[in-house]
Amino acid sequence: MSVAHEERAIAVTVPKDKSEVISSFIPADFDVPTGREEEWRFTPLRRMKPLLTALPQNDGATVEIDGDPAVIGVDAAQGPIQPGEWLVPVDVVSALAWAGAADTTLITIPPKTDLENPVTVTITGTSTSYQKLRVTIEHDSSATVVINHQGTGQHAENIEVEVGARSQLKLVVIQDWDRDAVHLGRIHSHVGRDATLTQVVATFGGDLVRLVSTVDYDGPGGSAELLGAFFADAGQHLEHRLFVDHNEPHCRSNVVYKGALQGEHAHTVWIGDVLIRAKAVGTDTYEINRNLVLSDGARADSVPNLEIETGEVSGAGHASATGRFDDEQLFYLQARGIAADDARRMVVRGFFTEVLDQIPDADIRDRLWAAVDDEIGAVGSGVGS
Amino acid sequence: MAELVIRDLHVSVDGDEGPREILRGVDLTVRSGEVHAIMGPNGSGKSTLAYSVAGHPKYTVTSGTVTLDGEDVLAMSVDERAKAGLFLAMQYPVEVPGVTVSNFLRTAATAVRGEAPKLRAWMGEVKEAMGKLKVDQSFAQRNVNEGFSGGERKRHEILQMELLKPKIAVLDETDSGLDVDALKVVSEGVNRIHDEIGTGLLLITHTTRLLKLIPAEHVHVFVDGRIVASGGAELADKIDSEGYEAFVASEEAGAKA
Repeated sequence: MSVAHEERAIAVTVPKDKSEVISSFIPADFDVPTGREEEWRFTPLRRMKPLLTALPQNDGATVEIDGDPAVIGVDAAQGPIQPGEWLVPVDVVSALAWAGAADTTLITIPPKTDLENPVTVTITGTSTSYQKLRVTIEHDSSATVVINHQGTGQHAENIEVEVGARSQLKLVVIQDWDRDAVHLGRIHSHVGRDATLTQVVATFGGDLVRLVSTVDYDGPGGSAELLGAFFADAGQHLEHRLFVDHNEPHCRSNVVYKGALQGEHAHTVWIGDVLIRAKAVGTDTYEINRNLVLSDGARADSVPNLEIETGEVSGAGHASATGRFDDEQLFYLQARGIAADDARRMVVRGFFTEVLDQIPDADIRDRLWAAVDDEIGAVGSGVGS
Repeated sequence: MAELVIRDLHVSVDGDEGPREILRGVDLTVRSGEVHAIMGPNGSGKSTLAYSVAGHPKYTVTSGTVTLDGEDVLAMSVDERAKAGLFLAMQYPVEVPGVTVSNFLRTAATAVRGEAPKLRAWMGEVKEAMGKLKVDQSFAQRNVNEGFSGGERKRHEILQMELLKPKIAVLDETDSGLDVDALKVVSEGVNRIHDEIGTGLLLITHTTRLLKLIPAEHVHVFVDGRIVASGGAELADKIDSEGYEAFVASEEAGAKA
């Protein structure tokens, strides 16, 4: 009956000067992490060991792109490293992946184009691979891009996203990996003037998934809606780290991440860093992470951090709460005739509604609901008993 | 004709210092069409009786029986009790984030009736029940009890009762936290359900406020985990003028003897 609401809020200092963060395309510029570093302290490095040094094989995944042929392409240029315009690696795995990816998957939506159907990129892992993707939507356009991850193996990936002025991009990144896969990813989104990015990250599969999603702005009026849903089963490590850099005035960000955990050693990590720089007056930002712990033996770490360098913000806040499954909710629904399994499903689905109902595309929404239902089905009868 | 029979019910709850007995031998029979009131001071165990009959896992029945039309209620899961025709209107109904009233009501009705109600007829049924309880139609799209005022929560409980049409309903402190107008709407709803389908009512309250609007022909005084006196409406009047002191004092004297 008792509802344990834990809050773990450990202050992490976002470096005030970006130069304090090592960012480089050269892997040798980074030390190999030991696990003592702030940004690696939650991650089980042992389980991602192949990714800490250059992979002997880096093409162990197939990439399929489904969408308007006019907007999709592959830049097969090999050889010298092509620096990203906006994404610069901030850790060794990302730098190795950037240097090692054989080609770049390109999705380029021209100006003044409203793309009706989503562009879908499906990455299917077989062994070990590096991936590099660049999603560009030029000014005054709108599109939905879905990136699916599935299969097995160890993979490191960089996704560079540019949203042109006044454009609207919906980017959905799904981790539907086999249970043994390892995925280290970085997504950097550069949001243009008066542009809107809606990013949905959904992580259900994999043994270890660690995604770093960073956002900055190109001019005033940019808006980033960053939504996440994750469900960790026994032994899974799902880590989502966000950094929103409010580097321009009058921009908006809203972060909502919801996670459920079930089973022994299910572990989720959510780090939400927001920096409002001195020039970013009129910033409006809010971030929240909620975790629903469905059984004993699972652990959710949640660390929101907000750093404000100007007094002239229009709104800034954060919240984090991790709670046990509420048996009183189960009792209430059961007392109205709803069987325990159905009641449990209703409560867990209800928990994810806030995130999943915001997904604009009905097919994607249905697919993610089906993934949640699968996870709930796998939960079995241990919940709430 | 339904009959809820409670015999020599003993119930404990786990506390820091081990199990603590809260109900100490309750005997009560509630039939269709009847209105019973259980009145007692705070902490006497009235709500424990309500939740034990509904099957809340916090309470352990150590001895005694509860049957509905001869069926063993204590052997049923919580949802089976609701399907058998028992209903508990809760004092503090919980919020269920992300689950709309509309979805909740239809899922509950489907479970209790054994089949999904036809959509069009169901919409009409809900709309009519909401209208009677003066509940705004936008209510259906809100999340269950989330951000509801005290009055809205109680009306929502009675709305469920109206749609689920129980044989026997236990109303736990339904009058608490309601202003005069809300109390009037809620009690009219309860009376209507009672009149129309003959639901047997067990009202749990510590004041006579609700009984002025829902007349109970059977009044039971509940002290220290059991019924210490039963009578008609006049017993409620006696409590109204004299309080529980006489009953509590005699119970203490009895316990010492």
